Amino acid sequence: MKKVTNPEMLMVAHAAFKKQLDDKFNSKTGKRAIVICGGTGCLSSDSTVLKERFEKVLKDKGLDGIISVNMVGCFGFCSQGPFVKVYPEDTLYRKVKVSDVEKIIEEDFINHGIVEDLLYVDPITHEKIKKMEDINFYKKQKRIALYGCSVIDPENIEEAIGYGSFQALDKALHMDRQEVINMILDSGLRGRGGGGFPTGRKWQFAYNQESDEKYVVCNGDEGDPGAFMDRSILEGNPLSVIEGMMIAGYAIGAKEGYFYVRAEYPVAVNRLNIAIKQAREVGLLGNNILGTDFCFDVHLRLGAGAFVCGEETALLNSIEGQRGMPRPRPPFPAVKGLWGKPTIVNNVETLACVPYIVREGVEAFTKYGTEKSKGTKVFALGGKVNNVGLVEIPMGTTIRELVYDIAGGIPGNKNFKAIQTGGPSGGCLTEEHLDTPIDFDNLVALGSMMGSGGAIVMDEDNCMVDVAKFYMEFICDESCGKCTPCRIGTKRILEILTKITNGEGELSDLDRLEELAEVTKNGSLCALGQTAANPIISTLKRFRDEYVEHIVNKTCPAHVCKNLISYHVDPDLCKKCSKCARNCPVNCITGVPGKETYKIDTTACVRCGTCLSACPFHAIYKK
Amino acid sequence: MKLQEHAIKEIKEIVAQFINEPTPLMMILSAVQTKFGYIPMEAQELISEETGISVAEIYGVVTFYSFFSLKPKGKYIIGVCLGTACYVKNSQQVIDKFCQLLGIQPGETTADGMFTIDALRCIGACALAPAVRVNEKVYPQVRVEDVEKIIDACEKMEAEKNEKGN
Amino acid sequence: MALVNIKIDGISYQVDSSLTVLEAAKQCGYNIPSLCSFNHGRCSKASCRVCLVEVKGARGLVASCVYPVNEGMEISINSQKATEARRVSVELLLSNHNHDCQSCRKNQNCELLRVAQLVGAREGMFRGEKTPTTYDDLSPALIRDTSKCVLCGRCIEQCKYAQGIGILGFENRGFKTIVGPAYNKSFKDVPCLQCGQCVTVCPTGALMEKGEIDKVDEAFKAGKYVIVQTAPAVRAALGEEFGMPVGTPVTGKMVTALKRLGFYRVYDTNFAADLTIMEEANELLERINNGGALPMITSCSPGWVNYAEQFYGDLIGHLSSCKSPHEMEGAVIKSFFAEKNNIKPEDIFVVSIMPCTAKKFEKERPECRGVNGLADVDAVLTTRELATYIRRAGIEFNRLPNSEFDQDILGEYTGAGVIFGATGGVMEAALRTAYYWLTGENADSLLKCEPVRGQEGVKEASFTIAGKEIKVAVVSSMKAAKPILDDIRAGKSPYTFIEVMGCPGGCINGGGQPYIRSCMLPNEDIDIEDTYRAKRAAALYSEDERQTVRRSHENTQVKALYDEYLEKPGSHKAHELLHTTYNDRGHNLK
Repeated sequence: MKKVTNPEMLMVAHAAFKKQLDDKFNSKTGKRAIVICGGTGCLSSDSTVLKERFEKVLKDKGLDGIISVNMVGCFGFCSQGPFVKVYPEDTLYRKVKVSDVEKIIEEDFINHGIVEDLLYVDPITHEKIKKMEDINFYKKQKRIALYGCSVIDPENIEEAIGYGSFQALDKALHMDRQEVINMILDSGLRGRGGGGFPTGRKWQFAYNQESDEKYVVCNGDEGDPGAFMDRSILEGNPLSVIEGMMIAGYAIGAKEGYFYVRAEYPVAVNRLNIAIKQAREVGLLGNNILGTDFCFDVHLRLGAGAFVCGEETALLNSIEGQRGMPRPRPPFPAVKGLWGKPTIVNNVETLACVPYIVREGVEAFTKYGTEKSKGTKVFALGGKVNNVGLVEIPMGTTIRELVYDIAGGIPGNKNFKAIQTGGPSGGCLTEEHLDTPIDFDNLVALGSMMGSGGAIVMDEDNCMVDVAKFYMEFICDESCGKCTPCRIGTKRILEILTKITNGEGELSDLDRLEELAEVTKNGSLCALGQTAANPIISTLKRFRDEYVEHIVNKTCPAHVCKNLISYHVDPDLCKKCSKCARNCPVNCITGVPGKETYKIDTTACVRCGTCLSACPFHAIYKK
Repeated sequence: MKLQEHAIKEIKEIVAQFINEPTPLMMILSAVQTKFGYIPMEAQELISEETGISVAEIYGVVTFYSFFSLKPKGKYIIGVCLGTACYVKNSQQVIDKFCQLLGIQPGETTADGMFTIDALRCIGACALAPAVRVNEKVYPQVRVEDVEKIIDACEKMEAEKNEKGN
Repeated sequence: MALVNIKIDGISYQVDSSLTVLEAAKQCGYNIPSLCSFNHGRCSKASCRVCLVEVKGARGLVASCVYPVNEGMEISINSQKATEARRVSVELLLSNHNHDCQSCRKNQNCELLRVAQLVGAREGMFRGEKTPTTYDDLSPALIRDTSKCVLCGRCIEQCKYAQGIGILGFENRGFKTIVGPAYNKSFKDVPCLQCGQCVTVCPTGALMEKGEIDKVDEAFKAGKYVIVQTAPAVRAALGEEFGMPVGTPVTGKMVTALKRLGFYRVYDTNFAADLTIMEEANELLERINNGGALPMITSCSPGWVNYAEQFYGDLIGHLSSCKSPHEMEGAVIKSFFAEKNNIKPEDIFVVSIMPCTAKKFEKERPECRGVNGLADVDAVLTTRELATYIRRAGIEFNRLPNSEFDQDILGEYTGAGVIFGATGGVMEAALRTAYYWLTGENADSLLKCEPVRGQEGVKEASFTIAGKEIKVAVVSSMKAAKPILDDIRAGKSPYTFIEVMGCPGGCINGGGQPYIRSCMLPNEDIDIEDTYRAKRAAALYSEDERQTVRRSHENTQVKALYDEYLEKPGSHKAHELLHTTYNDRGHNLK
């Protein structure tokens, strides 16, 4: 591709590549396109092999000139992957295996039919659905941050430009810097990484600082377990984040940007590197961008497995080659950040929203959302729901819509118990909150938070004390160890929870938990510590009876806590097949094959659960 | 233990590659970790000499980040995801089973250098929960009873590799 | 200075806008408990969370040690939320702490114990697993016991920023975090100076000098002639241990105490300081006249010698070959003194009271063995240990009368020896004698040599003596020394003679001196940490002024030692007893 050194050239390139894209997808020339999901989830399910197979078979059949095979970013609906989408008909095949390739080519491309058994089946109506936009999972979505993901080839800057990349930058460069900041302020965009601080205000602080060096840092250290929106954006449309960063850099007066991305995201890192390289090659990164005085370059730094580095000051320390221990604030990074210079740290999703706002206008963004939380938010849905995956929904969507409409409800007709938002920093919400519109302030008011957008659904089989313990284990492991309440306080909380789940708790432990939680919240140095106790506080508040059950009756109502359960054979269901006894690692199940029902010696049982999953007749139960 | 000539050369090359970056320590350590699979004491001392950063500081950084390792890892690194989505789908039992069968704890390596078990924080494969990653390959929806099969598969792969080698 | 209006617990005050809440509160008469900030000074960490206060409008509680005041700020120190949080923070630290307080040598100076009392910590409120710990007592000078560490990080900063070395660092993450040398090695196995600056800032008993009182007891028990010598800096600070104001000279009381403790002789290391000047000034003139390695650098500070050997092994030729004064004293005691008094050197046990922890290391050096292969010095007690020793014997220090050092053959000393304890003192003393030797007369201007006095890290001066220009530098702390040494290495050092002391400010601020804790000294000024070194130094300079003899070459007993025994400075005998060698340890200790 030729260099793009002024707005006219960008316009020409955009028009040309847009046509290329249109030709590929909406061809009237008889050409067709296969699009395969290349997000990490689908790559794990061998979507690369799928692509190779398609290419080979098409070549063998002499169709490679007419049908193109493309790999794009995440489709979001990960539990149904890998996906193959066929253009221009828009047919969506899911859970495609390599062995399905010939069938798709034969039936769809050659015979112009549809491979029925690869279509998505609605879990409720059992209807087969052909088009993506007709699936409930996608119906309520609006792609702003995920713009371009699953459409364009993330490794090809031409497609990105054809799909609108750098239009916003061009527009911003013709605006006054303060006007750009005003636009972001007006859009009401708030930080998508955790606290929801207004992005425009952050920019304004940095803009107001007098300094010849300033930095824009993109926080891609997405560490919340169960959240992977930043990864998907970087994998699906890395240039949108780069562009957002450049607009931020222009606005505050920075010439350099740093990406800080988890090392656990090799695909995202690779695509980001390709995008940076291509942008440099065509002159969209570097000096005098689009013929203006604006110079900007970006660098990539990798995280190394420390959750706390998602905290902005810890992240800066990490870039500076130090242990990722947070710094006291003030001074805030906007005043004294990377290498002591004014710095803004924005999350991937936040920056991805910026080009959209600048390009499409403030209105196009603010028409979605609630009064104080504008636009959309990407959520990673997980846990006990039918549709696991990534969704971008307007702020203000209710939890009920999220869980039941989009996520398709809970499998196996189990009862909804709680939804945990905000990862280890968030809290658990219950059935009574299902109709709460999701936005920053509502979640905080309920003792949870938006966090980066993880949403884990739990059903009746999840023990809330165990869940609280899980999060505490995570925090204990990930605490940097700098400040006392987080380093020792969370450890003591974990010890008390362990005691309770082992059936050794006392009621006074609950007071102690509350006291520790309070001090950890009020007294910790950084947001990780300040929010560490949220899972405890919210479960203690909403599921206190479960705690009390563990302590007073020494039982785990959800049959999760190992020390408080026992395994039994239901003699009515037992078919005396001996499978349980053969699988038992400690030989504590006795019976005679075909003659005598089996029995578990609960004193010798180690409660490993092997028998339960081994029994073909569901005759084994916990109590 | 002393570093071998080629290792010294490679580490010096890595340092030289990044030394002009501002605060390059993390980049150097990541590159050494990737290249050698771990960052031995001698490598830290060499990096200290080449960069002027004290060994204590380097060691502090190495022991802070879980991606860096002081000991060599096994040929097959079994990472069991303990992210929330996987945890609520019983990944704890899965990792317990790996530990039981291999006789090591998370973070440890078997005596024969074959396996390392790592407890992973979310690998972002939540839709595949519970997920187990062995080197580059991700096993989706792993049940306790699949654990033995995964270990067998690794051993088989190793045996095949050795046969080819002979 | 801009003033801002603040309110503390509802009462209005005006304070300097550049202060932190902690500093401002202190000015207004509040002492907020704090731990990780040293002496209520500027803190960069805010990690202990002991100094939490409530600030209206701020999220959660704020660490007063780092939070700046601003106009209209409303602070609450005494709110339930703040007092509760401070208490729990301390209780959590205690729950991960080794509770051997009754027998801990730090208990009288333990800041954790103090804040525990201040916040009203409840006994055993939180119990649980403790962080795996390390106990390292392999070095002859320092002990690291992480079971008592509160991870304040002061020692790390002291080693890195005051000394410019960085032996210590945080290791591991979260609850497993400890502080130590890389790979959790012993102080013995890393390029540590043993200077003990880390010990001086440690709030608890996690870093301590290695105690040697027991060794002294053993020597008495074994019926040895136990002879004690005291370094000049000790008298300038020992009084602090007994509640006297900083800078109170206590020479007379100290001598009385040592005599009551039963030492066979109580000598002043100053005698050997004068001896050092004779040898060192002679060595300097030799080098100038005969073309030896210049600049010559002093070698009295064992912390500095350790640094030179481990980091500038190529420059050890620049070090004066003189042993440090207390080693000289020990060597003379076990030779000249022993012969004079018909005592077998083996039956003598020399104890040095030093402001220093590195001297403990130094005395173990094989190069510091003289007569019959015996160590010149057998035990080194720090100033702090001496105070413990005195207290243990039931001696009420403050009520002691004054007495004189033993005045027999090794008793006399001059003012030049006294000022060794302050940075610049050795230089000043050496110049006094060198001037005399080069010109045959004394210069009164060198009796108060201002250019080399004072607390700056690097001082330089130029003197014309007998038509020769001599440029000198005086350096204290290794951080200050580094650029000077790099210049020597690069062959562009302008100096003839350099005095280097390992600790910032010289021996008066040595690693073995009484702890300076403004939080423990409620009657002292709040800016005590800025002034205490100068006060201690002033105590030494005033003693110098009170001396009638103030030049080393005028010490009649030193002269007698040469006449009767050593012949002359730099003689073969003098080299045998008073000089040493150094090793390049750059690569065997990493």
